[in-house]
Amino acid sequence: MQLKNNNQSVLQKIAPFIGLILIIVIITILNPGFLSVSNLMNVLRQVSINALIAFGMTFVILTGGIDLSVGATLALTGAVSAGMMASGMDPIFAMLLGLLLGAVLGAINGIIIAKGKVAPFIATLATMTIYRGLTLVYTDGRPISGLGDSLTFQMLGKGYFFGIPIPVVTMMVSFGILYFILKKTTFGRRVYAVGGNEEASILSGINSDRIKIYVYSLLGLLAALSALILTSRLNSAQPTAGEMFELDAIAAVVLGGTSLTGGRGWIVGTLIGALIIGVLNNGLNLIGVPSFFQQVVKGAVILLAVLLDRKKTT
Amino acid sequence: MIKMTDISKSFSGNKVLKNVDFTLEKGEIHALMGENGAGKSTLMKVMSGIYTRDSGIIEVKGQKVDFTSPKQAEEAGIAVIHQELNILPHLSIADNLFLGREETIGRTGILKTKQMEKKTHQILLDLGLDVDPSDPASTLSVGKQQIVEIAKAISVNAEVIIMDEPTAALTDREIDNLFKTIRELQKRGVSFIYISHRMEEIFSLCDRITILRDGEFVGERKISETSFDEIVQMMVGRELGDRFPQRKSTIGEIKLAVKGLNRKGCFEDISFELRKGEVLSIAGLMGAGRTEVVQSLFGYKKLDSGSIEFDGKQVKIDTPKKAKEMGIGYVTEDRKSEGLIVDFSVEENVSMTNLAAISKNGLISKDKERKLYDTMVKRLGIRTSGPHQAAKSLSGGNQQKVVIAKWLGIEPELLILDEPTRGVDVGAKKEIYSIINELAERGVAILMISSELPEVIGMADRVLVMHEGKITADLSKNEMTQERIMHFATGGEKLAVEEQ
Repeated sequence: MQLKNNNQSVLQKIAPFIGLILIIVIITILNPGFLSVSNLMNVLRQVSINALIAFGMTFVILTGGIDLSVGATLALTGAVSAGMMASGMDPIFAMLLGLLLGAVLGAINGIIIAKGKVAPFIATLATMTIYRGLTLVYTDGRPISGLGDSLTFQMLGKGYFFGIPIPVVTMMVSFGILYFILKKTTFGRRVYAVGGNEEASILSGINSDRIKIYVYSLLGLLAALSALILTSRLNSAQPTAGEMFELDAIAAVVLGGTSLTGGRGWIVGTLIGALIIGVLNNGLNLIGVPSFFQQVVKGAVILLAVLLDRKKTT
Repeated sequence: MIKMTDISKSFSGNKVLKNVDFTLEKGEIHALMGENGAGKSTLMKVMSGIYTRDSGIIEVKGQKVDFTSPKQAEEAGIAVIHQELNILPHLSIADNLFLGREETIGRTGILKTKQMEKKTHQILLDLGLDVDPSDPASTLSVGKQQIVEIAKAISVNAEVIIMDEPTAALTDREIDNLFKTIRELQKRGVSFIYISHRMEEIFSLCDRITILRDGEFVGERKISETSFDEIVQMMVGRELGDRFPQRKSTIGEIKLAVKGLNRKGCFEDISFELRKGEVLSIAGLMGAGRTEVVQSLFGYKKLDSGSIEFDGKQVKIDTPKKAKEMGIGYVTEDRKSEGLIVDFSVEENVSMTNLAAISKNGLISKDKERKLYDTMVKRLGIRTSGPHQAAKSLSGGNQQKVVIAKWLGIEPELLILDEPTRGVDVGAKKEIYSIINELAERGVAILMISSELPEVIGMADRVLVMHEGKITADLSKNEMTQERIMHFATGGEKLAVEEQ
């Protein structure tokens, strides 16, 4: 939205894109196999779950918040949906309930933060533990499988649509919708406003509490959607699913140039950020970097990107 | 002790100090007075090394000095006690007193706590304060914390102590104590510069007074040879000219009637009426509770008690959203922190209060948004490079117009303006006055807070004067004089005015 405001931010916005291209070029030089269609589809599919969560995280971070509980939300909603399917409930209904549960878990975060005036970091740190704990209680610490062969459910994680993996389609459709919401709707404008200057927003008659509750709910919903995709892919729900997903999502948002203080950023950047992480994961494998060392490289790239970003702004 | 001659200082082309002279004798208590924005703080910041002057000479004890940092001023014996006290509440009193110059065993960094506490006890005892130095500073009242600040200053051998509105948050008894301490130190040869808006205090405490106005030195008097009235005149005396455009509005029926509004610690028993087409001003000094009153009316701060009637109907306004829906607009005092989203474009800022009007089913119509922007830019004469210019890159006057534009979009029936022309240049000021007049002529009820007395007199049909949370006067157009308003704003009694 603020793309046109000033030249400096234009440069800032294409920087992640340049970074992505650079990484792709380097990896391709080292292993041309990276650019094969099948590998690219693979990368996109791997990216889709993190990207979905990161899109929601973008809304939250734009309001000046953060959510550490998304990984646990993913685990809990996945387990509950899977549990219901395994017990013979109509899969579509079970999936819808899972999505609803995700939105509710997110709304709980939002209410604690907006109405309880608890710092988002602390509030979601606590709910992260609670949601993860509930998942372990619900699953008794064991994976849930035997989810039936509902076509809709199976397609969600494993299907193809004109040769494109369904998770990638889901990601792109979600991206389109969320991009539109952020850019064209009053809700999107209010998200930026609350993060840009909460006091001025309230004094302009904006109900900032409601906006906050909505963005956390949206993130919860997207985490639940990711959970369904993941559960479908693995054909089972794991109680430990989604661990550290919150950090990958935050990393994608930050790599995309969205300010952690809120009010500035865009969702296109987040998509690129998620792609950078995905390409790194895949590419480091392809060029034979030992898996323990991959983490070091990933962390270093994130650090480098953020440091470069600082340099530009100051 | 200190002699400042011909001091000038500008900020981005704006001359804040113009050839100001100031002299401080050893062992005197010297008051510095002037309206908000007269240059008092800037002058003190130049003296204490926070700002560097553009021109002029500063001499301390006959020697020319060039402070480039507060540290240097401190070494020369000049200490400043700011309105916001520099006390760390969770540290002990002794820790606060020795902050940054702790006594340690050699260079080990191990604190000699007992020794520092003993010294602290002695220093504070000398100033008439008997406390346990190991208690956290937060256990002290604000008045006692102030004494600790003074103790801090004299324990670094300060010979000049600058105090900025030290009594703003103190009770009468604490003020007495503070004054006792100041007089005691005066006897030991310490000089004070005392900045205050409170006339009574200055007359009971100070020896001399220097008055600034619009960044210029107006005069210096011995307190024993001057009067309330003379000082007020020196502070406000400037020509009104035709800075204020004419208004032809008819004052209609009652728009807003408030009775007995209370908010603990901010204001009490506020009652007034405001009519359609009327410009009602609230005058008073900073901290008198004016902003809190209007923020409560706007639903931003909670009221403890009181009733509000809007268009003759009893209403409860508990959120700004509700106030907006009723047709109340609020142009805030601090445009950067409350009025604008500085990273947003001008257009987006204007839209902030009008999102419902420029959208359908939650979708923002780019056309409607642009139309609103165009209308407002034309109506208010906002000078921008285009709708996408970031609000932060506008001049103060144009920023202020953007904030006003936000509220004109809702076609307000009641518009609250809090210091609408602060930090705005003369030309833009007059434009803002014209906008206010035009609104009043259309029947909009205007509630305007202002600390600039000429503005109050030039614009208002009626003025409420507030002092320490209470309305001390309700003056009609022909009763308003700057002297009278200042008198009531500084806590003067009704009787004194009748005698004039």
